Amino acid sequence: MSATQHAATPKLQSVEKEPYYQPIGGEIALFESAHRRRLPVLLKGPTGCGKTRFVEYMAWRLKRPLVTVACHDDLTTADLVGRYLIIGNETVWVDGPLTAAVRAGALCYLDEIVEARKDTTVVIHPLADARRILAVDKRGELVAAPDDFMLVVSYNPGYQSVLKEIKPSTRQRFVALEFDYPEAAVEAGIVATEGNVDAETARRLVKLGELTRNLKGAGLDEGASTRLLVHAAQLISDGVLPATACTAAVARALTDDPDMTGTLDDLVRAVF
Amino acid sequence: MSSRRLFSDELEQRLDEVLFASPSHRSAKNIADGLERLTRVQQELVLHWISVAAQTYAEIGYQVASLAPKALDRLDTAGFEAWVLAGLDAYDRKGGQLAMTLLRDLDGFCAAREHASAAARLAEVETRLSRFLQGLSGRPLALGAGQVAHTDTESVFLPAQLATLPSAADNRRLYKATAALLWAQTRYGTFGTAAIDVEATLARWVDRERALRWFAALEAVRLEAVIGAELPGLAAEMAALRGPWPEALGEAVLRLGRPDTAVSHSLTFLADCMAGEGEPPPLPHVGAIDLDAVLRVRAARIARESETVRRALSTLKGFGGRQGAGEDAPAVNVEGGKVEFSLDGELAALPPEAQAAAQSLLQDLGEVPPECLVPAGPGAWQPTERVVGEGGGENALTSHREPHRRYDEWDYRRRAYRRGWCHLFEVDLKPGDPDYVAKVSLRNTALIRQIRRRFEMLRGEDRLLGRQPEGEEVDIDALVEARADAASGAEPSARLFCRRIRNERSLAAMFMVDMSGSTQGWVNDAEREALVMLCEALETLGDAYAIYGFSGWTRTRCDIYPVKRFDEKYDATVRGRVAAIEAKDYTRMGVAIRHLTRLLDAQPARHKLLVSLSDGRPDDFGDEYRGHYGIEDTRRALQEAHERGVRSFCITIDRHGADYLQRLYGPARYAVLDDAKKLPLKVADLYRRLAT
Repeated sequence: MSATQHAATPKLQSVEKEPYYQPIGGEIALFESAHRRRLPVLLKGPTGCGKTRFVEYMAWRLKRPLVTVACHDDLTTADLVGRYLIIGNETVWVDGPLTAAVRAGALCYLDEIVEARKDTTVVIHPLADARRILAVDKRGELVAAPDDFMLVVSYNPGYQSVLKEIKPSTRQRFVALEFDYPEAAVEAGIVATEGNVDAETARRLVKLGELTRNLKGAGLDEGASTRLLVHAAQLISDGVLPATACTAAVARALTDDPDMTGTLDDLVRAVF
Repeated sequence: MSSRRLFSDELEQRLDEVLFASPSHRSAKNIADGLERLTRVQQELVLHWISVAAQTYAEIGYQVASLAPKALDRLDTAGFEAWVLAGLDAYDRKGGQLAMTLLRDLDGFCAAREHASAAARLAEVETRLSRFLQGLSGRPLALGAGQVAHTDTESVFLPAQLATLPSAADNRRLYKATAALLWAQTRYGTFGTAAIDVEATLARWVDRERALRWFAALEAVRLEAVIGAELPGLAAEMAALRGPWPEALGEAVLRLGRPDTAVSHSLTFLADCMAGEGEPPPLPHVGAIDLDAVLRVRAARIARESETVRRALSTLKGFGGRQGAGEDAPAVNVEGGKVEFSLDGELAALPPEAQAAAQSLLQDLGEVPPECLVPAGPGAWQPTERVVGEGGGENALTSHREPHRRYDEWDYRRRAYRRGWCHLFEVDLKPGDPDYVAKVSLRNTALIRQIRRRFEMLRGEDRLLGRQPEGEEVDIDALVEARADAASGAEPSARLFCRRIRNERSLAAMFMVDMSGSTQGWVNDAEREALVMLCEALETLGDAYAIYGFSGWTRTRCDIYPVKRFDEKYDATVRGRVAAIEAKDYTRMGVAIRHLTRLLDAQPARHKLLVSLSDGRPDDFGDEYRGHYGIEDTRRALQEAHERGVRSFCITIDRHGADYLQRLYGPARYAVLDDAKKLPLKVADLYRRLAT
């Protein structure tokens, strides 16, 4: 058996077209600064508030390829770093997304890092401090990250579960950027642009979003995200009646509880 | 049952049976005469409900019996049952006098019942409505029942029943519109701001009540327009419910029906209205304005929230907390409806509670009062609130205390819940002998070692699965075999990988321990020893678990004693509480099951298990809980738990067979031990069977 040198490094994708992103504060400057200083970044914020879009936008802006890994609770170290596969009569080493990103000097984005198993996240520790190396145990290899490589992780602190917490030893390696739903006027602009609707419809959708966010903790785990509002807007611009679009894209997407659905319907009717 | 009518003397005999417990010595003869003309089916129905009512309160039984013929002339079977139940419900809530009045008022009941199909009840819409208000306001607004719709700015009071409009759906919409208008009063400054003193303006008129009625009508006009700007759908719904504005308000609509008006406009126009003699026209969705209640509640809230903001600000670096530095008060920016504080030009982040308080102040006053910006002394930054139920020692009579929660109880005879019937208190146990657990452990060393070994085997651990089609590592054994196969010409297997499988237990267990008087002695000792074993087992296993004791004395004092809460560790405190478990009073099981199910429901685990340890049938002092009633209520509570995804298991120590157990534990599984001494041995073992 002979192992070829990473015979199968996945092709990395670059972000070709400028993604739409509406800056909210100084996050772009901060991110660029962290990139220059080779610091990893942690994005915190509720679901659907633009974390992933921001990373895409920054990858485009910095002209680096982007590797995104959606973390889940069965994600193992091998899934990130790589594994031997048997192809024909050979064992072939295949880089995992993290290793591939390190080698290529890409942006590696680990989405919802808390979903991954705690022992998995430890593998990023040497990458996320001054050493900037990735240990590939199975090959006995230490991959040093080039200057362009950047690690970005995200998590949603809104999950109240004790199981979904990020360990201090992990979080204390990152520069943290906090995201939240933008101010009403800015959010209306985003909804109007992304959803291709007029300003008044966008304003009402944002109002609806605000009303549902008031219900957080009072029957809803989360209020409607900007993403949901954009979905509703897209349905509306496609000719669906506003109330129907909001019911489908917002009310039903937020809950299964019949009482809560009733309340959300009331709110939709109040706005439209 | 034969269909022959019962004659008066037969009826009298039956009535004597069901009413015999009554202290009054009235003869049942007259009543029996009245019932004689009813059909047999009706007679049986009446006898059944007389017996149900008499078991609650004999006088109600008599009342039902004597009014039954009249009631049945006007009501069908369902109506008759509803009439009796309404009487019993009134008795539960308000006592015998009111129950009698309600039962006697047959006309009123029939009229209300005719409306009932068209009426909407607050109880039906309450959950949905209170969430709706929460959605609108962001600031929690409690919902409560009141004679007339009004708000005191913290609660919205609505009539218990609305039958103004012809259909139930319309009346439900009316509830929503009424509540939304009351919310709008609190949101859009009806009660004034720091700059506008509504009270002073209203004080100009001698007929304050008429002024308030006009004010409410004018505000309805103004607020609908204001709501229309933000929530056009809601405003349209209000408009549809009220119909066209009455002529008397025509001028008001012209002057106030614009979204940019403030309460000062209404107050100015109010003078014109009061100059005339007329009353404001009635509008279905306009409630009353109770300015006194508003001012009282609001003043208290403003004081509380100012204090919260002040303390939060004073803990900020450079302000109040440190001498010398930053003597300037923080700057407040309230643009765009959001409060922002800045210190020396930098934005200051307040804790969420304080931010919410500031936001709420802005709603009340239109500004953050300057006194908030003056530093407060050191200390906890949230003003201390009265702790509910504090100081409830063992001898504190609970009637003086507000219960932590009220729970419904199932009355099988009524086939209905008694609402808020049981008053539940969580009571702390005084720590017992600190060495108790150590002593028990020492005595049972061998057994505990055995339990630990058994449970260690069950602990969720990762396993490596070989010969998988994919996985993180190559399975060398499988690969060697495959190579050999290939070399010999056989087809090699493609399953060449190892995969790690996580074996995670996601189980939360709640143990409910009987602390009734009947456990005195052996049973109590056995329970405590069983808990020691159990804790050992569960600690080994690593499952989330909690232990609560329960006892009580009638429905107004149902006590729950936390021994170990889910978030507590098995430490010296918990061990002390295990030792402190002792025989107390009675066993009202239903309420304990309901409360613990609620606690269990809040656990994130995938599987939830409720295990009860008790010594026999449910029982309580005085009232009817002993016997059938208690069994049915307990059974119902277990059923409710089951519906909420909580699986229950009941362990009973009962020497005398268990004929009632099948019925009692219907929805749950159970085990009966004939000897308390077996309990410690058995409990850990049973748990192993249940939880694996």
